[in-house]
Amino acid sequence: MLPPANSTFAAETDALFNFINVVSLILLIGITVTMIYFAIKYRRKSEDDTTPLITHNSKLEITWSVIPLILVMIVFGWGYNGYLTKTNAPDNAYEIRAIAKSWLWEFHYQTGHVSVNELHVPANRPVKMIISSDDVLHSFYIPEFRVKMDAVPNRYTSVWFEAIEPGEAILYCAEYCGSAHSNMLADVVIHSQEDFETWLETGDAIDDDLSPVELGEQLVQRQGCLACHSTDGSTLQGPTFQGIFGRDRLLTDGSTVTVDENYIRQSIIEPNTQVAEGFAPIMPTYAGSLNDRQIDAIIEYLKTLD
Amino acid sequence: MATSETSNIKRLQVRRFKPEENPKSTYLTEETGIWAWMTTVDHKKIGLMYLASILFFFFVGGTLALLLRTELLTPAQSFITADTYNQIFTLHGAIMVFFFLVPSVPAALGNFVLPLQLGCKDVAFPRVNLLSYYIYVIGAVFTLIAIFTGGVDTGWTFYTPYSATTGGNVMMMTLGVFILGFSSILTGVNFIVTIHRLRSPGQTWNKISLFLWSLYATSIIQILATPVLAITLLLLTMERALHIGIFDPALGGDPVLYQHFFWFYSHPAVYIMIVPGFGIVSEIISTFSRKHIFGYWAIALSSLAIAFIGFLVWGHHMFTAGQSSLANMVFSFLTFLVGIPTGIKIFNWVATMYKGSIDMKTPMLYIMAFLFLFMIGGFTGIMLGSLAVDIHLHDTYYVVAHFHYVMMGGMVMAFLGGLHYWWPKMFGKMYNEFWARIACVVIFIGFNLTFLPQFVMGSMGMPRRYFNYLEQFQGYHQASTYGSYILGIGFLIIAAYLLHSLLRGKKAPPNPWGSRAMEWQTSSPPSLHNYEHTPVVINGPYDYHKPMSEFQLGIEGSHNGHGEHQHTETKTVEADK
Repeated sequence: MLPPANSTFAAETDALFNFINVVSLILLIGITVTMIYFAIKYRRKSEDDTTPLITHNSKLEITWSVIPLILVMIVFGWGYNGYLTKTNAPDNAYEIRAIAKSWLWEFHYQTGHVSVNELHVPANRPVKMIISSDDVLHSFYIPEFRVKMDAVPNRYTSVWFEAIEPGEAILYCAEYCGSAHSNMLADVVIHSQEDFETWLETGDAIDDDLSPVELGEQLVQRQGCLACHSTDGSTLQGPTFQGIFGRDRLLTDGSTVTVDENYIRQSIIEPNTQVAEGFAPIMPTYAGSLNDRQIDAIIEYLKTLD
Repeated sequence: MATSETSNIKRLQVRRFKPEENPKSTYLTEETGIWAWMTTVDHKKIGLMYLASILFFFFVGGTLALLLRTELLTPAQSFITADTYNQIFTLHGAIMVFFFLVPSVPAALGNFVLPLQLGCKDVAFPRVNLLSYYIYVIGAVFTLIAIFTGGVDTGWTFYTPYSATTGGNVMMMTLGVFILGFSSILTGVNFIVTIHRLRSPGQTWNKISLFLWSLYATSIIQILATPVLAITLLLLTMERALHIGIFDPALGGDPVLYQHFFWFYSHPAVYIMIVPGFGIVSEIISTFSRKHIFGYWAIALSSLAIAFIGFLVWGHHMFTAGQSSLANMVFSFLTFLVGIPTGIKIFNWVATMYKGSIDMKTPMLYIMAFLFLFMIGGFTGIMLGSLAVDIHLHDTYYVVAHFHYVMMGGMVMAFLGGLHYWWPKMFGKMYNEFWARIACVVIFIGFNLTFLPQFVMGSMGMPRRYFNYLEQFQGYHQASTYGSYILGIGFLIIAAYLLHSLLRGKKAPPNPWGSRAMEWQTSSPPSLHNYEHTPVVINGPYDYHKPMSEFQLGIEGSHNGHGEHQHTETKTVEADK
């Protein structure tokens, strides 16, 4: 039932999960069979049936109070122990900041790199996430690591994990946050240590080989724009990108603007100053996470969407 | 006291009152007409009005659930938008919790049965009882206005800061729930006073039914917890309307504080919903096993224990909310403690069946379903109480499945059991036993097909409240959706045969189940004032080893013995056998 385990402490969680399941199943089957056995053996044979007077039995009461008590105390201790492992990050953990915004995840690395909706982590090295939110509650959830922590505005929370195998996983937002809550996913890319170092060094530099339009197309995907803006004309939480460039657009304050380079740039840096009519001012700012070259590339890409 | 010991003993002349087989005048034939119903202070009529209202809301909430499940047949959007979906799941939750589950057993069945089981003419404050119904209606009207003026998309938990910033008519909705709370409080006060003051002569605390004990425990929670919800929702409204920073970080507030306040009510509220169900189980299991309940005091006191410990576990809803490790440890520990009295009850119920004379009629069938489903709900609750595992399972479909097993597999099964059990008493009509059993089986199958796959999905990491989902989950979602359709069919069957029973049903005898409990010792349906005599109690409600005649004793006269006679407690009662 559980997803593949890919963190150092996942095995302990899974063992407890299985233990509770097995014990529960034994008790469930035992009690159910007893119940059904009684129902058949002692079924009413005639309307004049008499039953013995059995009011209580203190020994039995104590037995079936104490045995479950012992069982749940085992589960409590085990669970708390596992929880302590999950909360206390090792001192040498590599720190990454995660910022949740409606509806994307932004990750800031120690080198100054920023990635959106794509979390890059090394395997076999503890990673500590420092989590915060820019607006409402979100929750950082990676099932394969068995970790979850809410992102709370005005407060830092943290979570740590150490991935075992390089590979890929999915990060979900687990705390309901509005219209595109279920689109607020991020890819987790688990590199080997060397690959991670390489990724940190080169990172966006790989993009140098791309043409502006190709880069723009990549960025629109990677930066989480498509969670709210479609490229096929359908309306999501934000206006569609299709045919947007050069068109006149009515704003919520009643004025009209032409969608040109400046409007797009303004909408990326200060999204809620000129909001299109019919939409809510909910877009998070990309100031600081996109450089000028990247914004140029997005503009070039939007021009191609007729 | 000590010197005048003998003066406290009052000798009563009692005789047997056999319940009338064909009552000419019942509460349904007296005081008829719409105006008489709307202004009635009769607890039975008020109970029926509640019953009609909660069944209406159950229908609405259930229809919304089917819409949600239908949308979830495919991973992407199929027929409603994400925003509509969010509004529908909010309404489904809010309606089911506040308008169905909380009032279902106490206000509907409890109102009807409680005075009958005490042998009194009505609850202690009949007019307050009517008032609480109208407060419920006003709360419902506010909620309906909220739905039709923008809707609400916050989830039934109204978590801040989302609820403080989102559009829609959150204020109207929270005011509706705020008003509704007073209805709950008034019912609680009324029940506690009635149980304390209006027991029949001879009915000491060890001779009241376990249903009354469960209502007593529930009432305590209602009185103590509901005001906290009221204050929380009022603060939320103030924040939205007046921008006073309490929970919204943008205004300097703390969103986690809201969660503490909310769950301080809403966790005990879980027990408001389920504890009365426990009471029904005790009644039915004893009646249909025709046997004394096993561990009367263990069951009675475990209800009170659950009520009290239930107040101290609210933090287990917030294990991943960023509260301290110490708080998490304490809340986890207390959560496990509250599981023990619940386990004790289950063992006692099963032990009651031992050497009984078990009649597998519809109410008993529902109780067997209850025991099985509620155990699954309980065991998965242990899973979620365990810190390390909850970190993984929190806010996934596992939690959704868990509370549906408790609330629907537990509470709704108990409610249906109770409804079928007391139906003949309420309307004096029997229902079709064959179709009733079919419906029970259909519901049992549909329920498991709906919610078992959700445990698997949740374990795999499918978060709750998702409009879109990854393709790997589609098979489970489809099974769940088809299950919900079967569930829907089950409820339609019930609606059909109950309607048929009302119109064409066979006449019910006063005591179709051969129960010793007090409410069965009057005619079906009861007369306007429940009993034409003052019942006198010398046996407990589960004393199946005593002859039926000893349960039908009473004092002659139109006055039912309450009021001025109440203070002359009957220490010994001479039974006129």
